[in-house]
Amino acid sequence: MTQKILAAHAGVAEVKAGQFIEAAIDIALANDITGPPAIKEFRRMGAPAVFDRDKVALVPDHFTPNKDVKSAEQCKELREFARAQGISHYFEIGEMGIEHALLPEKGLVTAGDAVIGADSHTCTYGALGAFATGVGSTDLAAGMATGRAWFKVPPAIKFRLTGALSKWVSGKDVILAIIGMIGVDGALYKSMEFSGPGLAGLSMDDRFAMANMAIEAGAKNGIFAVDERTMAYIKEHPCESPSLRKEATVYEADADAEYEREIEVRLADVRPTVSFPHLPENTRSIGEVGDVRIDQAVIGSCTNGRIEDMRAAAAVLKGRKVAPGVRCIVFPATQRVYLDCVREGLAEIFIEAGAVISTPTCGPCLGGHMGILAAGERAVSTTNRNFVGRMGHVDSEVYLASPAVAAASAVAGRLAGPEDLGL
Amino acid sequence: MGKAYKYGQNVDTDVIIPARHLVTSDPAELAKHCMEDIDRDFASSVRPGDVIVAGANFGCGSSREHAPIAIKGAGVACVIAPSFARIFYRNSFNTGLPILESAEAAERIEAGDEVEVDFAAGAIRNVTKGETYHAEPFPPFITRLIESGGLAEYVKAGLGA
Repeated sequence: MTQKILAAHAGVAEVKAGQFIEAAIDIALANDITGPPAIKEFRRMGAPAVFDRDKVALVPDHFTPNKDVKSAEQCKELREFARAQGISHYFEIGEMGIEHALLPEKGLVTAGDAVIGADSHTCTYGALGAFATGVGSTDLAAGMATGRAWFKVPPAIKFRLTGALSKWVSGKDVILAIIGMIGVDGALYKSMEFSGPGLAGLSMDDRFAMANMAIEAGAKNGIFAVDERTMAYIKEHPCESPSLRKEATVYEADADAEYEREIEVRLADVRPTVSFPHLPENTRSIGEVGDVRIDQAVIGSCTNGRIEDMRAAAAVLKGRKVAPGVRCIVFPATQRVYLDCVREGLAEIFIEAGAVISTPTCGPCLGGHMGILAAGERAVSTTNRNFVGRMGHVDSEVYLASPAVAAASAVAGRLAGPEDLGL
Repeated sequence: MGKAYKYGQNVDTDVIIPARHLVTSDPAELAKHCMEDIDRDFASSVRPGDVIVAGANFGCGSSREHAPIAIKGAGVACVIAPSFARIFYRNSFNTGLPILESAEAAERIEAGDEVEVDFAAGAIRNVTKGETYHAEPFPPFITRLIESGGLAEYVKAGLGA
């Protein structure tokens, strides 16, 4: 699938793994951290204007609402560039959400697109059957200037999904289990392609969470076969501006497509899964976690800040209380998810349980703000990385899990699954 | 010639430059905090020309270009590893940080060894041990990028600016 999308965007009939190509891109994305260096490089390249003001998305989501003066300056630089260039897709606080939840929701990415973003989790859009990959600021600057990017065509690993997920098991558990199986460089430079009969049972939010963490296996991209659910999602999330709406293009893998490796993932065998410090590959199923006391539970992010994630957390927290001494921070990924939380009564459940609700921000995930850990503290988090010092002090620890497990752990005060609460 | 700093596998961009310092992209400022979460002495002891030698998948994690900028800002002449995470690999070329893939060098070189790198020949000389290792040659496309002076210059030439 990836090779077909790349070939179409490079204007050639076919491409082979290992080949270097230059391809047209449909969206180039940057945030408040990667944007300023990209703007500097963009100016150095001497480009007078971005290649297409409708195909650049700038989202100040990392250290926002501005956490300090320096962050405020970075956001200001992004805002002024967006204004000067007449960028259509710049999202100010109030409209802003975590970029990888926001762009699909705003209809800015569709099936068959080629997307680069100066953020490693750009691979999230693969859930829509798009080719999407993270790049650095200089690559992004080149993309903004020319509308093109260079790629080394990746070989693919096929993940054939079979069966169905059990109760309280989500896409997050599946991707953590896969990373546990193949390792943090198990798909290095490669494409992870997800298909098979089990796909039909996975919601779009499950798929977003899985594609999101392809980078955590070292992959260039993660991509899902397009089905009715994908098309329904795309139809339900059109771009607000009718003139900017685009047609989805569905690419299917050939029956004889070459894969470097094929791995069957039996969804029924996947248990709620937790990644122990300090690598996402250090996975254990919930029954094997032992007695790990926690200080903080973080529920949200580009991985798990969508409405189904909020519903799963609320289903666990409803009528229960966050354990004394535990801080539970919920951060819906976008304003729309936030509003849905309010309308569906989830916000009330969170507050009554003793959790706090934050505005959309990447802050806690990368130790930016809104939930930093002190020395010796432990967090269970629905985010995507548990590297040394990721959420704060170098001697703090992060345990990656699904929203249901994070919520159950918040109640228990230690790593726990919903079943441990009798759910 | 420089001294080798040795690290393990999967050195991630959060330890190369922790996110709390991403409020600037100034090389000198970032260099002050480079590697501080796994090696508190690195920033104060590293000298221009020193090299970093590490295990597989160096630079995994975030796409922050601040990571190679911090390493380059610290004066590091080259990073040697059996493999690099793909975004870090691209970012290194784009920011002018030399990197070499060599499983042999990554295994044999020990912390503190004096190392000399000949990029043209793809040779890594361990002066302390009296050994020479070979690095994987760059693909022709990458060589063209390097020869044009990095991506910014390559794009500039293409734009006719």
